[in-house]
Amino acid sequence: MEPAVQLRGAVTLLGRFPALAGIDLDVAAGEIVLLRGPNGAGKTTLLRLCAGLLSVSRGTAVVLGHDLPHRRAVRALRRRVGLLGHATGLYDELTVADNVRFWGRAAGASREDIAGALAACGLDGRLGDVLVVNLSAGQRRRTSLACLLARRPELWLLDEPHAGLDQDGRDLVDGLVHRAVASGATVVLASHDLDRAEALADRVVTVAGGTTTTGITSGPPAEPAPEVARVS
Amino acid sequence: MFRDASLMAGKDLRIELRSRVTLQQVLPFAVLVLILFGIALDPDRGVLGRASGGLFWVTVLFCALLAIQRAFTIEAADGGRDALRLSGLDPAGIFLGKAAAIAAQLVAVEVLLAAGVVIMYGTEVTGVPLLLATCLAATAGLAAAGTLYGVLAAGLRVRETLLPILLLPVLTPVLIGATKAFEAALGGVAADGWPWCGLLLVFALLYLTFGTLAFGTLLEES
Repeated sequence: MEPAVQLRGAVTLLGRFPALAGIDLDVAAGEIVLLRGPNGAGKTTLLRLCAGLLSVSRGTAVVLGHDLPHRRAVRALRRRVGLLGHATGLYDELTVADNVRFWGRAAGASREDIAGALAACGLDGRLGDVLVVNLSAGQRRRTSLACLLARRPELWLLDEPHAGLDQDGRDLVDGLVHRAVASGATVVLASHDLDRAEALADRVVTVAGGTTTTGITSGPPAEPAPEVARVS
Repeated sequence: MFRDASLMAGKDLRIELRSRVTLQQVLPFAVLVLILFGIALDPDRGVLGRASGGLFWVTVLFCALLAIQRAFTIEAADGGRDALRLSGLDPAGIFLGKAAAIAAQLVAVEVLLAAGVVIMYGTEVTGVPLLLATCLAATAGLAAAGTLYGVLAAGLRVRETLLPILLLPVLTPVLIGATKAFEAALGGVAADGWPWCGLLLVFALLYLTFGTLAFGTLLEES
């Protein structure tokens, strides 16, 4: 099976600054990979590269079979990935349901997909009618997750997915990740919540080299993944 | 493309309906500007009547700046721009949708301003077909050019101050053409106004075409 992500000597510049300096990375389809590393190591940049938001200046980057330097490939790729970043991308003046509906429909999601995503994230009912500006940080995170889930991406790119969530929310993330993988998706996540994230991942990849990442090493997870909460 | 445009326009208009920025800020601003022109030129009501077309369109231009700023401020908040790039929406659809939403807000402004000009400046409305055609063509041009320059400025830190400097010179043909057409319709010879209306239409078509083609690149690069 074709790897979901294949980077060879990938260099990404932010201005003149090499945020990624020659990265090699392989992620197999259906795998859950954790990116580990200190602040500024380039984890977020790596996720943004995989999402097609950044380009490679040197080297090659093939994600879901799309060769990233090509603009058409980038646009085709973006329809197939979901990125949960630090920013939520939500519109404060719209309700939770309006946001999920908009981002879902933008990706061609059906009404059932959107309703299912809201229900899976515990946002159906009255919470769906609340304006995003009135949500707590955790509820905003859940809404972002629902937007991502409605898109039904083939590659989930999760940047600190457990941040700002309570215990139920963290269990929800883990459950959604396992459900996504069970349905054939691939997950790459970056996290500082190592105990939980390592337990979730099939494989741990260390992004090293500070802001000028120079290499990646791989290793097995610290312990087997535990049972996670089932999400309807 | 048109499905995406409809989705985008619906979203932007829903945000405006919920936030009421157009209703509670842009429309009162438009009336305020009309009143200020009236105060400044009141000693000679004849001037107000003769200049009503130009005053109307200068006020529309100011309101267009506010609407365009607003249209891109909502996308700049909390990573909205990246989300838009990742959304899978056709960039041409995003452009047309945002332009349509801005145009809808400008039409509301123009209706209110028309009433204001008639009531406050004592302008007699004649040549209604030319007035309506001018409003439609000029509004389409303002919205299309505004959306294009809006996304260009949106990626910059100084966008609030830069947008008027970039946009107002570009919109000068709209101001001239729409004012001339209004002057012809309001007391002049209506037939003299139609060529100006044609110019506005050409301007609108040019920017709609260019925006449809270039918006994706500007969204990515700016």
